[in-house]
Amino acid sequence: MLIRHAPDLTDNDVTDPGVYLQRRTLMAGLAGLGLAGFAGQANAALTYTKGFSTTEKPTPRKDVTTYNNFYEFGVDKGDPAEKSDRFKPRPWTVRIDGACEAPRTVGIEDLIAGNKLEERIYRMRCVEGWSMVIPWVGFPLKDLLASVKPTSKAKYVAFETVRRPSEMPGQGWNTLDWPYVEGLRIDEAMHPLTLMAVGLYGDVLPNQNGAPLRLVVPWKYGFKGGKSIVRITLTEKPPATAWNKLAPREYGFYANVNPAVDHPRWSQATERRLGEFRRRETLPFNGYGEWVADLYRGMDLKRFY
Amino acid sequence: MSKRLSKTQDNAVYAGVWLACFAPLAWLAWRGFSGDLGANPIETLIRQLGVWGLRLLLVGLVITPAARILRKPRLVRFRRTIGLFAFAYVTLHLFSYIGIDLFFDFGQLWKDILKRPFITLGMLAFVLLIPLAVTSTNGWVIRMGRAAWQRLHWLIYLIVPLGVAHYYLLVKADHRPPLVYGAVFLALMGWRVWELRKRAQQTPA
Repeated sequence: MLIRHAPDLTDNDVTDPGVYLQRRTLMAGLAGLGLAGFAGQANAALTYTKGFSTTEKPTPRKDVTTYNNFYEFGVDKGDPAEKSDRFKPRPWTVRIDGACEAPRTVGIEDLIAGNKLEERIYRMRCVEGWSMVIPWVGFPLKDLLASVKPTSKAKYVAFETVRRPSEMPGQGWNTLDWPYVEGLRIDEAMHPLTLMAVGLYGDVLPNQNGAPLRLVVPWKYGFKGGKSIVRITLTEKPPATAWNKLAPREYGFYANVNPAVDHPRWSQATERRLGEFRRRETLPFNGYGEWVADLYRGMDLKRFY
Repeated sequence: MSKRLSKTQDNAVYAGVWLACFAPLAWLAWRGFSGDLGANPIETLIRQLGVWGLRLLLVGLVITPAARILRKPRLVRFRRTIGLFAFAYVTLHLFSYIGIDLFFDFGQLWKDILKRPFITLGMLAFVLLIPLAVTSTNGWVIRMGRAAWQRLHWLIYLIVPLGVAHYYLLVKADHRPPLVYGAVFLALMGWRVWELRKRAQQTPA
């Protein structure tokens, strides 16, 4: 399937590379001063082209990196940024296996070098009723899946987050059934909008955003995007997913953004875009219906929420 | 131990309690004005006002046991101040939800009250708090008579668990914070039951 660029995309909406270059120079200067802590991040700038993006104004980097749901580090929105220093996203390998002919284990650096990275600015709608606009850097999941040659038995894909209680303080308590597992139907996983993100705002992913590798499915609620992924498994049956196991009535397997289907405890009709005062209407499929609604033709989305 | 405090000392203690109750609101306001409420300041504001309302309600319930156990009967004079501050926080919590989050969309408010159990319970707790705040003055104690006034104010033993349930139902996965408040409430109720039994035993039938 081919996606045409959103008609409203202009280059002005993407941060000018000059800004990054300036930043890198500054960071290099800091590195020279021996501020290794900063330098570690500075060396992590990625090379990418601009891809399918919304023209909406990206949420400031500070908000994207300090307001996170990543329960492995704690349940408060500030916990992931504050309690993820001990987490080591490198070295890192991902195992891709299950119903495929060529299962493989691949290192994060090889993934970054071996794929054509794109910046994609996507809306992100959280099931809690807030949203952001995030400039991810990554590559389509379908490229990675194609590399292992899925068999005809591959109907679903499971994404497993790392389990490291010593580095992830939130895993010391069974808030969720660790490790966090998320899943997609194979056609959702093969959709060109489905992204494996390795970067954010031009740099490698910070720990709190799911370093070093995370899933981004822009038409679904944010919790579908598994973070810090160590294993991707092609399966015949739908995988048991973390939030669905905890509260099946509240968090469905599909979890497509849908203003017409409320969470049992709150409305999904509106959302607060961070930085905005008034709530705004939530769009079906988070505004990506034009590209993804066909995947669900004939399905009762009230039943398969 | 119960050395009588001078008038000035007494006022100073009172001012201290008042400031302690006011401090969280001042801190929130300061963080709000300096843009330090995080990426979603409206949510932080509403949540913090609610949490402080619940905390002060519980502090209000601590007063009586503390006065008995520490043998400081005069602690009881702070109960009204603390209770009214709790009411103020809860009111601001509700108003910020209606005014800032819903932007005075009363249709949506009504739907929330009917459809969302955590809103239903929260609203109920607020409505029940109103008569307690209204009758908090000495004048009302006299007008109603001590016994009737006391009975009315037993409503607090319903309001606090409603507040805890309101919080519990809002949480997605980690229920520890609301459970801690619930446990504190149960402990304070446990003390009251124990105290009542003890008194019943001491009074011959």
